[in-house]
Amino acid sequence: MDIVEVNQLTKKYGDLTAVDRVSLSVHEGEIFGFLGPNGAGKTTTINLLTGLARATSGAARISGFDCAREIKKAQAIMGIVPDESNLYEEFDGFENLSFCAALYGMQKDEREKKAKELLQQFGLAEAGKRPFRAYSRGMKRKLTIAAGIIHDPKILFLDEPTTGIDVASARQIRQLIQNLNQKGTTIFITTHYIEEAERLCKRIAFIVSGKIVRIGPLEELMREVQQENVVQLAFADGVSNLKTSLQEDFPDVVIEVPSNQTIRFRSTRQLNLTPLMRFFEQRNLPVYEARIMRPSLEEVFVKITGIELEKMKQEKEGKGK
Amino acid sequence: MKSWIAFWNILMKDMRNYYLKPPNISWGLVFPVAWTLMFFLKSQTAIDVRELLPGVMSLSILFGTTSMLAVTMTFERRSRSFERLLLAPLDLNFLMLAKTSGAILFGLLNAFVPVLFAFFLTNLSGIRWLPVLGAVFLIAVTSTLLGLFIAVSVKEIFEAQTFSNFFRFPMIFLCGLFIPLQALPFFLRPLSYILPLTYGADILKSSINQNGQMGLPVNFVILLGFAVGLFALSIRNVKRKWIY
Repeated sequence: MDIVEVNQLTKKYGDLTAVDRVSLSVHEGEIFGFLGPNGAGKTTTINLLTGLARATSGAARISGFDCAREIKKAQAIMGIVPDESNLYEEFDGFENLSFCAALYGMQKDEREKKAKELLQQFGLAEAGKRPFRAYSRGMKRKLTIAAGIIHDPKILFLDEPTTGIDVASARQIRQLIQNLNQKGTTIFITTHYIEEAERLCKRIAFIVSGKIVRIGPLEELMREVQQENVVQLAFADGVSNLKTSLQEDFPDVVIEVPSNQTIRFRSTRQLNLTPLMRFFEQRNLPVYEARIMRPSLEEVFVKITGIELEKMKQEKEGKGK
Repeated sequence: MKSWIAFWNILMKDMRNYYLKPPNISWGLVFPVAWTLMFFLKSQTAIDVRELLPGVMSLSILFGTTSMLAVTMTFERRSRSFERLLLAPLDLNFLMLAKTSGAILFGLLNAFVPVLFAFFLTNLSGIRWLPVLGAVFLIAVTSTLLGLFIAVSVKEIFEAQTFSNFFRFPMIFLCGLFIPLQALPFFLRPLSYILPLTYGADILKSSINQNGQMGLPVNFVILLGFAVGLFALSIRNVKRKWIY
């Protein structure tokens, strides 16, 4: 069942089309990745889905509720974590969580109990009485996520959840996202960290200049760019001198020697490993590792969008978050 | 019930984070004293505190509420914490009522600080308190909504303060508190009649010193109309400018 249904959603600001006829669906219980460079329309799309912006045309539904006409009903079942922490600097962690729960009409006892539980779960129990302004960036991010889920939403929108925070906090946040998903929460995540999307998401959409350029399950997207089979073998001894004889014995296979102890075999056809292994056995060269090389999501992204990832990361992180 | 829980918590948050901060409390105390002192120095003789009361009460509310709401809203918009409220499952009218309630309450408290001073300085018998209370409430509501109107129109906190003064200072002289409307130049009078403070001040003058110009029912109806109209205009502006 689809919890998010978006049909030809368009948002124009004057002559600029920020979101251009976007259509997508998010299945209940999945982690859906929304990837694209700066200004691609990711945040605008989230704003349209969550009620912070009005669509110029097209329609979107969250759990069956129309995002234009029934947005308040939709908001009751969604949690939103914006790209910048927007909690109250004057409140401490506990008060922030309790206040956010009150916005969803939770009773005092219930919200205080939930706030304590979440502080514990997010490793912020000791910081619960400290003012939010004194939190580190990673702690702020975690508390903002906690605030987004305090009312047990069916779907959580996460806008760049790990941008600008340290590696350890980012890892903790990814773990928290996976835990939430395992408990049944659908996650809609935007990120420019491709490896993060690859690790977390089941399905992915690439958005560039307001348009979705590709959408599908991760494996399907990978298959699309996987035009050849690649196997890499690792040895204890140096093998770079074998390249010529290997090429003579296996003329249909492209041989590469990335290092003195590794050899890579590329072929558009399926690779038969038996003769290869025999080749090394005859030369008394034990093979310690055989690895099938698959394309990364990064390669998929670059191939589909033509956008260099490093440039995208620098742009995003240069925003000064 | 759920909405009321949210309403109460938004109100309490605003009171705690903004309105009941020591600088604002001191403002509520210093302002009426400063105004009374100013008139005392100007008159160079004994002054009738009761005569000054409608003016000082009106200005305490006007100055307290307009800039406070304009500044706090602009601050929350800039820190994006206001988005959190817009994303809550609360009807926009209800949300804006919750946001303005703090400022209205602050205006009410400010209005009665001069009354408290006056209690020790003059005889307050014969004042019709019910219309006074109604006028104070409606002046607070319209001034707060003026603050909201300003908040929707600006992006920076300093702009909110500047814009507030642009409205407030002409109001002092045009609302009939210190210069009777009849004494104003003919071409300025229409401006006086489009200011809600004119009607609120007239109720206070009628109820405290029995020297108002228009009848109480007329004043109340017009002031109520201003309150409803300004609220509707503010909601329209919020929808247009903040929900892009």
